Amino acid sequence: MDFGPHLMLASLEGAVISAILVLTAMGLSLVFGVMRVVNVAHGEFFMLGAVLAWVVSTTLGGHPAIGFIGALIVAPVLVGCIAAGVDRFVLKRVNYDADRTIVATIGVLYIIQQSTLMLYGPEARPVQPPFNTRLSLPWFEFGENGFAMIWPWGLSITSYKLFVIFAAAAVLVALWLLLTRTRIGLIMRATQQDSDTAQAFGVPVGKVYSWVFGLGAGLAALGAVLVVPIQQAHYLMGGDPLLLAFIVVIIGGLGSLPGTVIAALLIGMSDGIISVFFSPTLAKIIATFLVAMVLVFRPQGLLGRAET
Amino acid sequence: MAAVNVLEAKGLTKIYGGVEANVDVDLHLDQGKITALIGPNGAGKSTFVGMISGRIAPTRGTVYFKGRDISQLPAHKRMQLGMAYTFQITSIFPGLSVYDNVALAAGLRLAHDKQAHDAKVHAVLDRIGLDDRADQTAGDLSYGHQRVLEIAMGLAQEPEVFILDEPTQGLSETEVDAFIALMKSIAGETTILLIEHNMRVVAALADHVTVLDQGRVLASGTFAEIHANDAVQAAYLGSTPHA
Amino acid sequence: MMASRKPLALHLGILALLLVLFFVLPAYHVGAFSRIMVLAIYAMGYNLLFGYTGLLSLGHAMFFAAGMYGFGLTTNLTGFSVIPAFASAMLAAGLLALGVGYLALRTAGVAFMIVTLMFAQTVYLIILYFGTYTRGDEGFVVQQAQRQLAGIDLTTETARYFTAFILFSVCFLAMAKLVQMPFGKRLIAIRENEERARMLGYDVANLKLRAMVISGVFSGVAGASYALLFGYVGASFAGVQYSIFPLLWVLLGGAGTTIGPLIGVIFMFYLIDISSGWTNAYMLVAGIVLVLLTLFAPQGIVGTLRKRGVAWLP
Ligand SMILES: Nc1ncnc2c1ncn2[C@@H]1O[C@H](COP(=O)(O)OP(=O)(O)O)[C@@H](O)[C@H]1O
Ligand SMILES: [Mg+2]
Repeated sequence: MDFGPHLMLASLEGAVISAILVLTAMGLSLVFGVMRVVNVAHGEFFMLGAVLAWVVSTTLGGHPAIGFIGALIVAPVLVGCIAAGVDRFVLKRVNYDADRTIVATIGVLYIIQQSTLMLYGPEARPVQPPFNTRLSLPWFEFGENGFAMIWPWGLSITSYKLFVIFAAAAVLVALWLLLTRTRIGLIMRATQQDSDTAQAFGVPVGKVYSWVFGLGAGLAALGAVLVVPIQQAHYLMGGDPLLLAFIVVIIGGLGSLPGTVIAALLIGMSDGIISVFFSPTLAKIIATFLVAMVLVFRPQGLLGRAET
Repeated sequence: MAAVNVLEAKGLTKIYGGVEANVDVDLHLDQGKITALIGPNGAGKSTFVGMISGRIAPTRGTVYFKGRDISQLPAHKRMQLGMAYTFQITSIFPGLSVYDNVALAAGLRLAHDKQAHDAKVHAVLDRIGLDDRADQTAGDLSYGHQRVLEIAMGLAQEPEVFILDEPTQGLSETEVDAFIALMKSIAGETTILLIEHNMRVVAALADHVTVLDQGRVLASGTFAEIHANDAVQAAYLGSTPHA
Repeated sequence: MMASRKPLALHLGILALLLVLFFVLPAYHVGAFSRIMVLAIYAMGYNLLFGYTGLLSLGHAMFFAAGMYGFGLTTNLTGFSVIPAFASAMLAAGLLALGVGYLALRTAGVAFMIVTLMFAQTVYLIILYFGTYTRGDEGFVVQQAQRQLAGIDLTTETARYFTAFILFSVCFLAMAKLVQMPFGKRLIAIRENEERARMLGYDVANLKLRAMVISGVFSGVAGASYALLFGYVGASFAGVQYSIFPLLWVLLGGAGTTIGPLIGVIFMFYLIDISSGWTNAYMLVAGIVLVLLTLFAPQGIVGTLRKRGVAWLP
């Protein structure tokens, strides 16, 4: 394959990574934005989503699509409820104190991860995609006869991966509508602005926090359900998404949702592209180090604006 | 003896976004004298002393300490030169004992000499009347005692310039009297800049009064002069005709 | 004066107890305690930064690893003997802490936690990247021939216990002294009220950096001791889990206390040891303990005892 088609393939892979990442990172960012806490267990909610997707699809059986649709509904809701429970019984009791929340969610991380190990086991298990046609992609070349459309060997994507990209976009639009066009969104934004004042105006801040924490976790789980037909479900799979989501949220500006989307696209695309051309470890080293430096020198994020 | 300028601020200005907290404020402190800085809430008094002490970076302006430009020095360096600062909102080490609070304040100068250090801490606690509470956890003290402790910490620093931001706020009348006596006893050696709302304290202590209003110096002079000043009356004293 | 004698007596008593344990414990537990003492050095280093200075790092494994690899790689690649290898391990950890501290200390709170986490992750990935030398996740063995000091073979159970004991004692007493000194008091002042400390004239940034470097060197000593005494160097010791452990130990034992780190390590070690007997998900215990601690006993064991009447506990 030439460089051009190769780059296009890498970009498509990057778009798939971005799609998953944007959902996971949105969840983290939403929680940070509204509740001002960092949820270290976020990656485990992702992992739970993937594992539950496997559980649901194997329980339902039949055509892969049945299991997949079941998982799409059950996993995010269940994970959201678990997260709301964590909020109720843990975070609320430490008063959302920033430091203690981090320590507590580290504890939650191990509890979820290790319980999964006990109940689900150490195996990585695949989930069948509901559909998986390989679609060849055309490439344009400027040859002797002007533009010509060719079909390079190996330049293709599966219908499922395309679906992931569109599904993530659809969820994003729905989320955006929820936040900007509904009463729920208004209440969430009011709480984000000033929780004390919101409380004084009758907003049930405690409930809003539980919902937001549940919604954040649910988004991660949804991302995981989408990814699990591509990547297998494993009890340790939460680490990478957590780190990447952190990176995205930091680059995008802590708690800024538009920043998160842009950063997820940036990171996901470059991750996809870089890992096709370079050693993934080196890429990760550079990315991790640079993100730390961003936090040191531009704590408001690369895309955020400094507060005055 | 001609008054010696220990501390001088020239053209100090702080603008927060659009809010002019301080605009071209000039002020100088005479050696060993007590200067009171008064003005309504939000006038910019705390902002001004914050810029002098180095806690707040000014938008522009200069601060001189004994003739030296200290505008570029960070807060801790200014304190090391011989300033002390008490916060408007009580700021102590709540988890440490009263003794340790004062010991930390005295420790910058005396930590190398255990005996002198210990003696100093006890002397200060004795003077301020907290000696019998030396072992109590500072955070458990009553509000009034915490304020007194913070003043004690300032004393323990043996400052040349002592800046106090509303030290008598929330103190009882007897505590206020004790405070006045304390300030009188250290004035002379120590140059004092006092932000104060209680006119009784200002009348009793201030050699010089500067009035700040909406970030600008409105008037400056002795207490009697200030008291007679119509503009000040209108802006600030108007509603408090006692004193 | 009585008040300051009691802690000293307690510290010496603990050391005497550790000495006696060697003669009374069964072999398995003697081995366990060698490990516990080494890990307690790590916990003490962490405690200086977290417990005393109030800075919560989520990346201390990088300093432990700097010590471990600093020791392991110098012995393996340059053939240094124990003492110079140990010194280079301490140097590596100290320099890393200096660099990381210089950068990370510009941030505070949550940002400091994430920055330290990211730096540690970078170090971990670097170890994996240079797999040719470090052998990555698999790790490498420090040969018996290189674990000899003044004619003593440090690989025997007895030599190992006593080396760990000596290293622990030195660190333990040094740390107890350090936090009693004006320097230690100033760190506590920063933890209690940073702005106040600054306005008393203390150079807070410099104090924090020094705390970070000392903390890093202690962690490095622990890492080097681990490589020396147990002969294994591996990337897992640089992973996130080994950054979480010292936090867990210190929280459990009691942050900002001299004996808390040791107590925390002992408890956690045996909790995990026992639970790994009946499940491979032994980190479940760590998670549950972390959550319970934050919810019900943020002061840890020693902190809670202190509150319940044993106020003199150091
Ligand atoms: N950090 C800040 N950001 C924005 N505005 C501030 C800040 N600090 C003070 N101000 C504003 O500056 C003005 C002066 O405040 P301050 O110096 O505290 O007054 P005073 O001490 O005289 O009551 C007020 O209007 C206040 O709202
Ligand atoms: Mg004020």
